[in-house]
Amino acid sequence: MKGKKTLTFLLMDAPFENARTTTALRLIDIAARRGYDINVFAYEGAVYLPFAAQKQHANAVHGHDVVQEDHPLPREWVEAVVQEAAKNGGRVDWVNCGLCVDERGATDAVAGVRRGSPADFWKMATSSDNTLVIATK
Amino acid sequence: MKTLNIIETAYRATLEEQDDPVVWIIHAMKGAGAEQGVVLRANAVNYAVKAQGVPPLAFGARRQQQGPHLAEAVGGLVGKGVAVYVVSDDLTERGLQGEELIGGLKPVRKTDLPALCSGYDRVWHW
Amino acid sequence: MADYLMIESRDPFDSSDVANFLALAEGLSKAGNAVTLFLVQNGVLPARHGARSAPLAVLAANGVEVLADSFSLSERGISANRLIPGIKAAPLDLVVDRLAAGCRALWH
Repeated sequence: MKGKKTLTFLLMDAPFENARTTTALRLIDIAARRGYDINVFAYEGAVYLPFAAQKQHANAVHGHDVVQEDHPLPREWVEAVVQEAAKNGGRVDWVNCGLCVDERGATDAVAGVRRGSPADFWKMATSSDNTLVIATK
Repeated sequence: MKTLNIIETAYRATLEEQDDPVVWIIHAMKGAGAEQGVVLRANAVNYAVKAQGVPPLAFGARRQQQGPHLAEAVGGLVGKGVAVYVVSDDLTERGLQGEELIGGLKPVRKTDLPALCSGYDRVWHW
Repeated sequence: MADYLMIESRDPFDSSDVANFLALAEGLSKAGNAVTLFLVQNGVLPARHGARSAPLAVLAANGVEVLADSFSLSERGISANRLIPGIKAAPLDLVVDRLAAGCRALWH
């Protein structure tokens, strides 16, 4: 088993807009499977990733009802990586930038997400083994 | 931990946010004690242009009170002691010249960037 | 000297800024740093032999380790035999390996 590390990720993209979201979550999932401690600072639109009100829908073009379509919800992916890290002896500290939450009305996040500020991101970055900033375009 | 922030993207959501979110977070981290440098490259070199600015947006009766002041925001970083570099090749490509730009910037060539990176512990690309 | 992990998610068909990022990778390598360029998402498109592949081939020939995310390649139907010489497919796990090892990581 690889040695335990702490990694920090800064994300900016809202869900369902860009491939950066899935790549970022793939990276976080890999780190979670290794039992790393993972910090995520969700900035700008990324505060919608753990938004609790996300809901699945049917897809008439695919000919699927809600159950058949089983549409991915990023909030479920966030919950899943939090659980995966814990299962493997690590943890995910997911911080939503508070001002970004306020201006977007994204206050209702899944359990395990806390509100924070850029000072939290700086603290995460200085106390982890590495930080990857995945900015939006 | 000294961090170099390379800013490439420009004018993304700056009207809605009344600022550039990357320049803004660098200000905020500076306030939290971060030791940082900034490189403006590609379209972000335009943030150094003194003459930029827009009248406040208005949608129906709703009028914006605080528009973005991007050159001032960049100048503010300089005022706080943050080294702000601007890629001269990118200025030239965009037809920009010294007297159009805010003061206090440090011009660098694209080819200087590797050496600049070596002076920092971390390099973040925005 | 340092180890750099440069992650390129964009492609030259879409953005001319990719050239700047590749030039930075080349400059860092020439300055004596160990540089890995990891292509992901649409960044893998020029890894298939075509009109915009030459800059990647030059980087690989000049000592930059050029890797392409196997998932992104598969997603775009780019098989191993279509990759330009010098580029290898690699799992995204490698990015986490390098982050964990403390490589300076830049995402474009």
